[in-house]
Amino acid sequence: MKQVLEFEKPIVELREKINELKNLTKDSEMDLSDEIKTLEKRLEKLEFGIYSNLSPWEKVQIARHADRPTTLEYIEMIFTDFVELHGDRLYGDDPSIVTGIAKFCNIPVTIIGHQRGKNTKDNIYRNFGSPHPEGYRKALRQMKLAAKFNRPIITFIDTKGAHPGKAAEERGQSEAIARNLMEMGSLQVPIISVVIGEGGSGGALAIGVADKLHMLENATYSVISPEGAASILWKDSKFASKAAESLKITASDLKELGIIDQIIPEPKGGAHKDIQYQAEQIAQYIKDTLMELKEINRDELIEQRWEKYKKIGFYE
Amino acid sequence: MLIKNFFTKKKKYASIPSEKAKQEIPQGLMLKCEGCQKIFYIREWSKHLNVCPECGYHHKLPAHDRIDSLMDEGTFEEWDQHMTSKNPLNFPNYEEKLLKDKEKTELAEAVVTGKGKINGNETAIAVMDAQFRMGSMGSVVGDKIAKAIERARELQIPIIIFTASGGARMQEGMLSLMQMAKTSIAVERFNRSGGCMIVVMTNPTTGGVSASFASIGDYHFAEPGALIGFAGRRIIEQTIREKLPKDFQTAEFQLEHGQIDKVIPRSELKQSLSVVLNLHQVGGGQA
Repeated sequence: MKQVLEFEKPIVELREKINELKNLTKDSEMDLSDEIKTLEKRLEKLEFGIYSNLSPWEKVQIARHADRPTTLEYIEMIFTDFVELHGDRLYGDDPSIVTGIAKFCNIPVTIIGHQRGKNTKDNIYRNFGSPHPEGYRKALRQMKLAAKFNRPIITFIDTKGAHPGKAAEERGQSEAIARNLMEMGSLQVPIISVVIGEGGSGGALAIGVADKLHMLENATYSVISPEGAASILWKDSKFASKAAESLKITASDLKELGIIDQIIPEPKGGAHKDIQYQAEQIAQYIKDTLMELKEINRDELIEQRWEKYKKIGFYE
Repeated sequence: MLIKNFFTKKKKYASIPSEKAKQEIPQGLMLKCEGCQKIFYIREWSKHLNVCPECGYHHKLPAHDRIDSLMDEGTFEEWDQHMTSKNPLNFPNYEEKLLKDKEKTELAEAVVTGKGKINGNETAIAVMDAQFRMGSMGSVVGDKIAKAIERARELQIPIIIFTASGGARMQEGMLSLMQMAKTSIAVERFNRSGGCMIVVMTNPTTGGVSASFASIGDYHFAEPGALIGFAGRRIIEQTIREKLPKDFQTAEFQLEHGQIDKVIPRSELKQSLSVVLNLHQVGGGQA
């Protein structure tokens, strides 16, 4: 099932029309190639018009698209020799965070990422990509191993947020997130984070304290979901698109605010339109960043990380 | 006053207040307890540091009242007093809201930081005030707390942080979220230097504050009944589709679940804190 987003409907309709005409010419003697050419030109223009002027709310739709590639898909395409590692050694294993070791350009690395499901059943198993404390503690365990074995850490951010549930609270959701933020501050290995879909508040940040933070072009990163903000501010989640604008959650907004380092381009219409291309882009950015960070001495690295976060903020 | 009003004096009748009027409380003179609903004189109230003398309910305490209640007289020296928020995202109505809360609380922002002495023990202190934008953490709150931790590290003194916050401040968007990282890394640096950090969680300590510096102190204390947790009750109830027990996410609940060391009533805080501070002076590496 292909999910069609509201603002893409004109594109889909036009494309269907073109296909219809093509079928028609196939079955008959009529020559419609001129008409088809005209329509294809119009389609190109239409696509350009829509995809290059996406509103923040439309980007949210793309970031949440059911077909949007997830951490595991990127792992498969970008890394080799991936060994998934499970469990926090304290309570359990949380499938909404995937962790493991692998090779990237022949360098051993640690990979940590939120994992959404690709269908309903998978989503239930993955808890829709919303981790419990054990997910964050599993991630922390991997980060410490990475530091021990001097492996760079690459994290993929893609979550609506940490799971808001009874069990999560009982097992210390706050503590699990807070501890990761603290520990990530002192890990003496390079940390690169890439927001590949939705970056949902503290639940995203808990694996996202990084030396370099990149975002896919249509990814979003926000302190609160646009729906949540809308229901607080205007008492109605219907104003989510307005909130999405006010909150400044797109890659370009966050680049401007100095929160992220680089924007990784997506294919026209979003990462799901060409996963192979997207994976290659991400790999290139990771490679360049890794080369850059490799040169920095370990003590200097964590000092720079602190300086980076220390500077974030606006006041008088 | 007009002269004609001077001559036509209206006769005043004694009136019996309605049931509704009886429930209403004269502003600025009396207060109703949020726990037992009884009405008290403000003066009596403040004598007990805003704790209900009847039922023990701990009401919010303004930051400076908190500092006065803890610090030895004349020892408190405030830091970064004048740091105030801007509106970096041009968020609708943010400036108005800030202005209103500045007037209401007479504070520049939702946290007061500085240093002083508690029963002779020198310490840095950060006190959040839930009356200012729900104690939410934006750039200024995050930065003041991180700066206070850094100063405590440089001065080699402990730090006590009183948390009172609904979480990250929405109006500053991702700049607020990043304060979670900033404050937590500041704690990490403080830890590496051997510093002692005491967190006292007061009502409420939730969201981004709970999920950053508040949960990574060396010692976690809380006031009785304080709401402490990550996600809001309503959101959790919607997610799990069941009613949560009444004591869910209280200080007592967190004690039971191993998240805090001790629940301490407000009246005993000064004494308890000075004991802990003192223990670090005797055996610890700090002077």
